[in-house]
Amino acid sequence: MAEAIAHELAKKQKEISVAEFFERNKHILGFGNPTRALVTSVKEGVDNSLDACEESGILPDIYVEIKNHEDGECKLIIEDNGPGIVKKQIPHIFGRLLYGSRFHAIRQSRGQQGIGISAVVLYGQLTTGKHAKVISKIQEDRPATVTELAIDTNKNRSEVINRDIMHWDKPSGTRLEVSIVADYKRGKRFVYDYLQSISIVNPHAQITFKEPDGTEHLFERTSDILPRTSVEIKPHPYGVELGTLIKMAKNTKSRKLSSFLKSEFTSMGDRTTKAVCEKAQLDKDLSPKDMSREQFLALHKAFKKIKIMAPSTDCLSPIGETLIKRSLKHETQEISPEFIVTTSRPASVYSGNPFQIEIGVVYGGSLPKDKTVKLMRFANRVPLLYQQGDCVSTSAISSIDWRRYGLEQSSGKGIPSGPAIFLTHMSSTLIPFTSESKEAIADIPEIENEIKLAFRECARKVQSHIHKKVRRVKTREKFELITKILPEIAKKSSNMLDKPVPSLDKVITKIMDVIWIEDLIEYEKISAKPVQSTLFDGSSEKREGGWITKSTVMVVNYKDKPQKFNLYAAIPEDAVVGTVTPKPTKITDNYIKWNLEGIPPADKRDIYFELAGLDKGDFDENDLYVEDINPSYVIGADKWEGD
Amino acid sequence: MPRDYTKVIKRIDSIASKVYNDLESSEIPNLKLPTRTKSNIQFDDKLSVWKYGKNMTERSAKSLDGAYMMLRTMYMVDFIKGMIKTNKSSTLREMYYISEGWDLAKFHSQPESDSLAEDLEVITSCMREDFKLRPEEDGARVIGNLTIEEMTRNKTKKKIHCQDDVGDSGYSIPYNVEPEKLSFKGADADFILAIETGGMFDRLVENGFDTSSRAILVHLKGQPARSTRRFIKRLNEEKKIPVLVFTDCDPWSYRIFGSVAYGAIKTAHISEYLATPAAQYLGVTPSDIENYKLPTDKLTKEDINALKSELSDPRFQETFWKHEIRLQLSLGKKSEQQALAKYGLDYVTDTYLPEKLAEMGIVKK
Repeated sequence: MAEAIAHELAKKQKEISVAEFFERNKHILGFGNPTRALVTSVKEGVDNSLDACEESGILPDIYVEIKNHEDGECKLIIEDNGPGIVKKQIPHIFGRLLYGSRFHAIRQSRGQQGIGISAVVLYGQLTTGKHAKVISKIQEDRPATVTELAIDTNKNRSEVINRDIMHWDKPSGTRLEVSIVADYKRGKRFVYDYLQSISIVNPHAQITFKEPDGTEHLFERTSDILPRTSVEIKPHPYGVELGTLIKMAKNTKSRKLSSFLKSEFTSMGDRTTKAVCEKAQLDKDLSPKDMSREQFLALHKAFKKIKIMAPSTDCLSPIGETLIKRSLKHETQEISPEFIVTTSRPASVYSGNPFQIEIGVVYGGSLPKDKTVKLMRFANRVPLLYQQGDCVSTSAISSIDWRRYGLEQSSGKGIPSGPAIFLTHMSSTLIPFTSESKEAIADIPEIENEIKLAFRECARKVQSHIHKKVRRVKTREKFELITKILPEIAKKSSNMLDKPVPSLDKVITKIMDVIWIEDLIEYEKISAKPVQSTLFDGSSEKREGGWITKSTVMVVNYKDKPQKFNLYAAIPEDAVVGTVTPKPTKITDNYIKWNLEGIPPADKRDIYFELAGLDKGDFDENDLYVEDINPSYVIGADKWEGD
Repeated sequence: MPRDYTKVIKRIDSIASKVYNDLESSEIPNLKLPTRTKSNIQFDDKLSVWKYGKNMTERSAKSLDGAYMMLRTMYMVDFIKGMIKTNKSSTLREMYYISEGWDLAKFHSQPESDSLAEDLEVITSCMREDFKLRPEEDGARVIGNLTIEEMTRNKTKKKIHCQDDVGDSGYSIPYNVEPEKLSFKGADADFILAIETGGMFDRLVENGFDTSSRAILVHLKGQPARSTRRFIKRLNEEKKIPVLVFTDCDPWSYRIFGSVAYGAIKTAHISEYLATPAAQYLGVTPSDIENYKLPTDKLTKEDINALKSELSDPRFQETFWKHEIRLQLSLGKKSEQQALAKYGLDYVTDTYLPEKLAEMGIVKK
């Protein structure tokens, strides 16, 4: 009886085709419904184009067009100025599922995100029965190739239906045309949001979006510098799984355990290797190929017990505070927000995987005051559009009491309400998604903690901004008092009594009774002199023209005794300091420090510094701090809290 | 003979001197004056009126608001000094409009400039009249068996009988009621009835209450002007005629009575000059609402707050007021003088007032 059933089952057990695999998993792959399918298709295409451009050092110029057909079918066109694809590779890239080189490398890349562009081609074929068309040009003086292709769903192979050549004006690039069943009416907003989002975290990209009715949207490039190319790194012992460890040992060329550990892993030096072997009670001369499962287990356990240096983080390619601010500023122009603050955390590590959190907060302007804050989530420069509630960034934000920062939040928990947009970007060699659909980042304590720290830092900046605003009003009032009202009082009273107008200096000092710091930021366009830009180490490039940010700080002593203290001006990490007067005591990546010696009462000091490598408006507010003086004596600067 | 203003000028100059001396000795200029709030009034046993207590407020140029206030003060004293020198006078409203030209020192609203003028009275112990400032408000009306002698603007004395020589709207009280301007010649009445609303005043006139009950009727026109209060006080003290106050039944009307009988918080520095300590409250009382079953309105939030505030007002601590105010709070209702019309147009003169007057021992039943 049992045998009969086994035979029966065997008849049904056959290799499932990619089409079936796709059909069964389409909700996970992002093609669950016609709205979602449209967004996923655009996303896969744009991601592909961005990667291609960046890998070959080209500033991406991407064109997205959607043509809407009545019967729920859309034609999607995605075109880039990338390096193009050699003829031979076209069928593999566009016509074969899970084909690619990025799956095994440990470094930050977009490619981990989706199933790939071939899924779009397959989806199009399954829903419309139409073939996809790929135009590609790899060299300026050669014609473009035109490839029409289909996917053989049984073999997971592509079929070239037709091949041709044509003239194309572009020096190089790739254009994909694919027909898909999609709900344009509903998907339109998501496509727009997605493209706007991707433009924010990819300030070096220019994206044009053409709607079926001919409307064109341009998401402008706000930075001419390509992101640092991420470097491939070896796995870190903390992050490796037992199975992977065994596989690595079987394939290694090392003959001894110690050299295996040192050569195949990151952060393993002589001392750490020795410590791990001792902890695992394994001979360091053991041949990795001959180790037993128990020995691997002991080694794997030992990894976790020894303090191993964090992996190097230069494999990450964060966007940077200044660039996030600049692109948020650019994309929120219509809202005219009151301010934008951004924070880049230092790189950190979870389970041996380096990661880095960056945050942006847009506040005020015409943003609705009574709605919950809009969250924008990104992983490796790709927007996460769905499953917001499952994302670690959402839970981190929800656990902060935002009421202290002037936003509404019932009982101090949950997503706050108010006129704000929160942006979270995680860069990592491995983004720990909650599921295959790759829309939410898993709840990992190290990540949640970094996000919280980043938001707190931003919130502090927001507070200091509000504080500054209040202070500025007060300062203006005091200024009005001593420069306009008091002299008038003196004039009027002396006129009435026919007496000379008395000197007001001492009274003014008494009324003010503060050290008063006032500042001004100006920008100067420079054209002839090339500027060294240090936005990301690898890409210091000389640019034609640019802006010099000029900051002037005036310190007036309105106390009745001479005052000496230290003054700090915070500067963006990615700025280059130019002329500074007077001579500062110290300049670091983050601040300039001056030692101000004995300013007599009613006397003033002028301080000046220049910043290069920034665009006009990138640095639009001085952050000034004082040290070695009672901060309540000072208007215009906060207490220095240390580096 | 023109008045001698030397003293006034000296006092005004002392304000400027204070500010000037502060500046010269490198002090932040400041001016001190009694705190003009409810918490700082106390009963003066000698004068039987409510005066400012010992709490002082400091106006300092340390804050922007304080500095503005001081600059306005400088401008105002200069303006007053100018008027005295050129023998001119102005209304408070005129001064407010003149202050429009004071550049930084201009006021945002007339109450601000009126209040500063009062501050100056308090600081210098002078009267508004010394500053050649007069109010805008037109005088209230009087009808009754009373003869007044007024110095007209032609510098001739004119006698006016407040029944025979006036129309139905009565004799109009001028803004200056000092003896050099106005004196009482003959008065034959049992009491003065000070009435809050014009409607009730006209009702009593139409019903001939002034003759039938031997009353001098004075229309208060809401919160009474200084001259109305001064007029009532002089009439009461010079002619020994009792004063009765007849108002609506709500917290705001009690304050009208307070300013007639006890002295107003705003003008407590001249209470002995304006208040009539012998004045009595006739009604309408919260008890009357119950006794006469008067039509009512519900107390508003503001009414309730005002009543509660009166419970802590030092002027309203008598048993009568405590009892009536608490009663009103428990009733949750208020009423108007004219609600008495519920029982007919003659009810107030035929029944209500005679009953109340008898109750108070003013007339016999």
